[in-house]
Amino acid sequence: MSDTKRFLYVNRKAPHGTIYALESLEVVLIGAAFEQDVSLAFLDDGVFQLIKKQATTGIGVKNFAPVYRALGDYDVKKIFVERESLEERGLSEDDLMEIVHEDDEEEEHNSIEIVDRARMAEIMAAQDVILSF
Amino acid sequence: MSTLHTVNKSPFERGSLASALAHALPGDAVLLIEDAVVGARAAASKTAEMMKAAMPACSLYVLGPDLSARGIPSTDVVEGVTVVDYPGFVDLVAGHDKTQAWL
Repeated sequence: MSDTKRFLYVNRKAPHGTIYALESLEVVLIGAAFEQDVSLAFLDDGVFQLIKKQATTGIGVKNFAPVYRALGDYDVKKIFVERESLEERGLSEDDLMEIVHEDDEEEEHNSIEIVDRARMAEIMAAQDVILSF
Repeated sequence: MSTLHTVNKSPFERGSLASALAHALPGDAVLLIEDAVVGARAAASKTAEMMKAAMPACSLYVLGPDLSARGIPSTDVVEGVTVVDYPGFVDLVAGHDKTQAWL
């Protein structure tokens, strides 16, 4: 279908302190209904959005982190996390939650791909539309 | 496929300008607007060096009305950075395939 566009949602802020992370996730879920070619990018403080075991009861806000793991059900299968952003914050892939999607044979695949900064720049350049959060 | 990157936060407060410059590819443009214009002053050596390193592969711009609003004369701007007005901003948006905001 020629009117399919490549959409990239760029996430650069830590969760919970501001509304950006939750709003981004909401827009991704709404956008998923339009059958576009969707990718998510997490860089800078945005990498904190995907950290395992977030527990928000103590600050009285909804913990939306488990929703990321449902993205596969919405056909969102490409999640790029920038390696340098993780390293600068003393994080590694092991600190991230597991996000998978199923292929047509119901086989599970990892949705998260760790990419370096140069590759992230290429991914951004290849998009038709970039939505920033 | 070239991109116009806009930055609207002070580089002394946040890393948005550094991130934008680190992800801009040759042929892209980076435009400083709103509070980001405080980073365009040549006298601020750290941010000035960062911008000079990005040129000439990328073209750098700063929005004049935001400079004026903050009392920064265009003569204080880093050499090679082009001061544009609002119509110039529109031309930049129209002249690139897409715009990416570094919030």
